[in-house]
Amino acid sequence: MKIVLNGELYHTSCKTAKELSKELKFNENENDVFILNGYQESYDICLKEGDEVFLINKNTLPPKEQWEKIICARHTPGIYEKVKKARVAIAGLGGLGSNIAMMLARTGIGHLHLVDFDTVDLTNLNRQQYSVCHIGRFKTEALKEQLLDICPFLDIHIDTVYVTKDNAFHLFKDDDIVCEAFDNAECKAMLTEELLSKWRKTALIAASGMAGYGNSNGIKTRKIRDNFYICGDEVTGAEQGIGLMAPRVALCAAHQANLVLDLIIKS
Amino acid sequence: MIKINGEDVQGVEGISVIDYLNSNGYNVNRVVVEKNLEVVPRDNMNNVLLEDGDSIEIIQFVGGG
Repeated sequence: MKIVLNGELYHTSCKTAKELSKELKFNENENDVFILNGYQESYDICLKEGDEVFLINKNTLPPKEQWEKIICARHTPGIYEKVKKARVAIAGLGGLGSNIAMMLARTGIGHLHLVDFDTVDLTNLNRQQYSVCHIGRFKTEALKEQLLDICPFLDIHIDTVYVTKDNAFHLFKDDDIVCEAFDNAECKAMLTEELLSKWRKTALIAASGMAGYGNSNGIKTRKIRDNFYICGDEVTGAEQGIGLMAPRVALCAAHQANLVLDLIIKS
Repeated sequence: MIKINGEDVQGVEGISVIDYLNSNGYNVNRVVVEKNLEVVPRDNMNNVLLEDGDSIEIIQFVGGG
């Protein structure tokens, strides 16, 4: 019987996970992790032709060439191959963008394009994926470093520039999907106008309305038309008296990242 | 008949996009307007008129991210 073990083709006559564990000298150790077709299973289960099996010891780092597939072991089978080919850009690496980037990196999106002009400061830490050690550094560089710590195999391209009407189209012309993740409403409108008017093959996922707290279900994904979506409650802007906080910003970022996955898998 | 954000709106035929936005409380720099699925460029909003049969989508952005 042919199965895929830790990302590589493996021939075995074992009928159950228990037998396979013995064959590989794991012997059902409590420090083992056994994942069958994206789901953590017990050793009692039967194996069948074509199964995708991951069997690792928690305390031993497998060979580096296996990391990529093992990190994606809990994905729904078949997803990894699709996301690996995708090119996704994130415009703005604040509360939305840094969270989107983390989620997409953990999903194994093969090519990430990160764009931001700014440096990290203390007022960012209430909602953005940076730490005190990143203060004063460019967000592009600080984020890329963290993403590569999580998934060393990602291809990450950074542009440390301010996005304007003049450079927007050129900056994002090679990306399949662009996540608009700016803070400023005028910048959001500018990027949306530029990308939608010049270029229709790329999908744009914009965000609007995620300030404050509570009303989690107010954050929605709305399809405006093919290749153009907006996430957020579309109402609650950041202003004096209404701040931006980690939970609601991350909710909106998760809507954007989840839609990225959906679009890639359905394409 | 003109549809704006999915609703039928009366009495706006012949009005420019920018006049419609200004008289309905929109901040021109924070919106993207599509007329029949085509983006109306911000610097051309004073020349583009609302016409019978148009379907207009006004996407309004608020700050925060």
